[in-house]
Amino acid sequence: MAKLKKQIRIALRNCGFINPENIDEYIARDGYMALGKVLETMSPEETIEEIKKSGLRGRGGGGFPTGLKWELTRKVDAEQKYVVCNADEGDPGAFMDRSILEGDPHSVIEAMAINAFCTGASKGLVYIRAEYPLAIERLKIALKQAREYGFLGNNIFGSNFSFDIEIRYGAGAFVCGEETALIHSMEGLRGEPGVKPPFPSEKGYQGMPTNVNNVETYANIPVIILEGADWFNKIGTEKSKGTKVFALAGKVNNVGLVEVPMGITLREVIFDIGGGIKDGKKFKAVQTGGPSGGCLTEAHLDTPIDYDNLINAGSMMGSGGMIVMDEDDCMVSMAKFYLDFTVEESCGKCAPCRIGNKRLYELLDKITEGKGTDEDLFKLRNLATVIKDTSLCGLGQTSPNPVLSTMDNFPEEYEAHVKDSKCFAGQCKALMQYIIEEDACTGCTLCVRVCPVDAISGERKMAHFINQDTCIKCGACMEKCKFGAIYIG
Amino acid sequence: MMKIDSVKDLKNLRDKLKSAENLKKATVMVKVSMSTCGIASGARETMDYFINELDNKAIDASVIKTGCMGYCYAEPTIELSKPGKEPVIFGYVDTKRAQEIIDKYIVADEELVGIIPLNFETVN
Repeated sequence: MAKLKKQIRIALRNCGFINPENIDEYIARDGYMALGKVLETMSPEETIEEIKKSGLRGRGGGGFPTGLKWELTRKVDAEQKYVVCNADEGDPGAFMDRSILEGDPHSVIEAMAINAFCTGASKGLVYIRAEYPLAIERLKIALKQAREYGFLGNNIFGSNFSFDIEIRYGAGAFVCGEETALIHSMEGLRGEPGVKPPFPSEKGYQGMPTNVNNVETYANIPVIILEGADWFNKIGTEKSKGTKVFALAGKVNNVGLVEVPMGITLREVIFDIGGGIKDGKKFKAVQTGGPSGGCLTEAHLDTPIDYDNLINAGSMMGSGGMIVMDEDDCMVSMAKFYLDFTVEESCGKCAPCRIGNKRLYELLDKITEGKGTDEDLFKLRNLATVIKDTSLCGLGQTSPNPVLSTMDNFPEEYEAHVKDSKCFAGQCKALMQYIIEEDACTGCTLCVRVCPVDAISGERKMAHFINQDTCIKCGACMEKCKFGAIYIG
Repeated sequence: MMKIDSVKDLKNLRDKLKSAENLKKATVMVKVSMSTCGIASGARETMDYFINELDNKAIDASVIKTGCMGYCYAEPTIELSKPGKEPVIFGYVDTKRAQEIIDKYIVADEELVGIIPLNFETVN
C-alpha cells in the first residue's frame, strides 16, 4: 500500500471530498482560515515573503516565481489594480483547472482575495472559457456564498480590505492563455498577444497593474499560508517546490488526474500510478506540455520531473497535460496532430507563427504521405528553428517543439518515412499496403465483394491480388477475410 | 447567513460545522464524483439511484455530490463510508453496480471485490 501512495494532494486537497456547492463543507476543512490569518496577523509584505520563501512557481506552464510576481505588482503605484485568475485551459487533453474549479472553487476565491490584499487590488476577474459551463455554474454559486459570509465585499474580516470578483468568459482560444492576449480578450479586444514589456504587473487590464495567476497556482496558496512556507518547500526538488497536477491520458491503464510531488520520475507516474501501458503494449513516448511541449522517450523515464529537467530534456512542464504513447503511435503523425492544432489556434498577428506553422504542417503532411525528401527534413528543422526564434508570443515560440523533439528523439522514424516510405507504427495510411498472402488465400471472393473500389481481382478458388494503385486502404478486406490471408506490408 | 467578522467567528463556525459533520459519520455516507467527466459517464443516474434506493430501504444515509476524485478511467466513481469503517472507493458504478453495493456492502455488510485502493495522501 505504501508504494501506491506516490501522490500528495495539495491543490486537489478538497476535490472529491467536499460538496463544491456548499461553502460550509469548505469551511469545515479550514476554508477561509488562511484569508483570516493573513488579514488579522500578517502584512502584505510578510505574506509575499512567505509565498516567495515557499518557492511556489506558476503552474500554468511558465514557472515564474509566484511571490516575485506579486511583489512586482505591489510595487507599482496605481489607483486601481486587478488580480486575474487564468482559467483558460487550452491544451488538448488537459483538465486540471476545470477539475479544481468544479471540485473546490472556494480555494481559488480565497487565494485571489489573499493575492489582492498583497498586491493592493480591489477587483478580481476570473477568465474562464465558456466551454466549461459546470465550472462556471459552481464558481457563481461559490461567489454568492462567499459574499453572504462576507469573505468577499467590503471590510472583509472586519478589516479595511475590500475585494470582489467578477467572471469574464472566453471563447476558448488557446492563445488567450497567454496573459497579454487574455487581458486583451477581457477588454473586449481581439485575443492577440502584445509586446512585453510592459508586463501586466505594470500595465495590464485597462492599463492598470494586473496580477495574472493560474487556477492551480491559486489552489496552492491557502495551504502555504496555513501550513507555512517551510512545510511547503520541503516537498519537491531544489528549484521546483511543491506538487504538480497532471492529467494523465493516452495509452495508459489508469487515465486520470494525479497530483505528484515535484521530483517524481515519469516512470513512477506512468507505471506505478498510471498502471502501465494499455493492452500490455510497449511504451514509446510521452508528450508533456501539450502543443508547446515535446515528447520524451524511454531514456527520460527516470528523469525527476521538475521545471528545469523537463526543459533540459527538450520538453516543458506546461500546464500539466501528459499524453502517453505506445508502439502503435507514429511520431511524425503525432507532431502533425499538434501542428494542426497550432495552425488552427494561431491568432495570425505575427508572420512566423501564421505562415511558418502552416508551412511546417504542409511539410509534415508531405512526409506522412510518403512524398518527403531529404531536403524536406532539412527544411523542417530550419523552419522550426526560425519560428521559435522570431515569433511574438509563447504560442509561436513553442509550437515547433513537438516537431523538433520528435526529430531529435526519433530520427529513424523520419528517415524511414522519407527514404523507405515506411511507417513503423502503421499509422500513416499512405505508406501502408494491404497484401494478400497467396498461399493462404482460398479464392473465396469475399474480399472482392466488400472492396468498395473494386481493387481486388482473381479467379474463384485461386489466389487473389490487390491493385495497389486503386486501393484506398480502407481495410475492409482484411477485416472480412476468414483465413487471415491479408496483411499490412 | 451571518457575516464573519473575525478569525474567532470563523473558528467557531468551523468547529460547529465539524461536529455536525462528525454526526453524519454515524450514518452511511455516499460521495458521488460529479464533475463534467463523471456526469458524462452517468454519475447523475448513479446518484439519483442511491438517493432513491437508500430511501426505499429506509437506510439512514446521506448522498453528497463532490468534484472529481481523479479516477477518470473508472467513472462513475463513489466514495462510501460506513460508521466505524474507513471510507472506500468504488469505480464503474452504474445502477447495477450501485444495487450490488447497497445490497451487499451496505445492507448485508459483506466484503465486496473491486475497491480502488487509495493512492494518495492529502494535506487536510
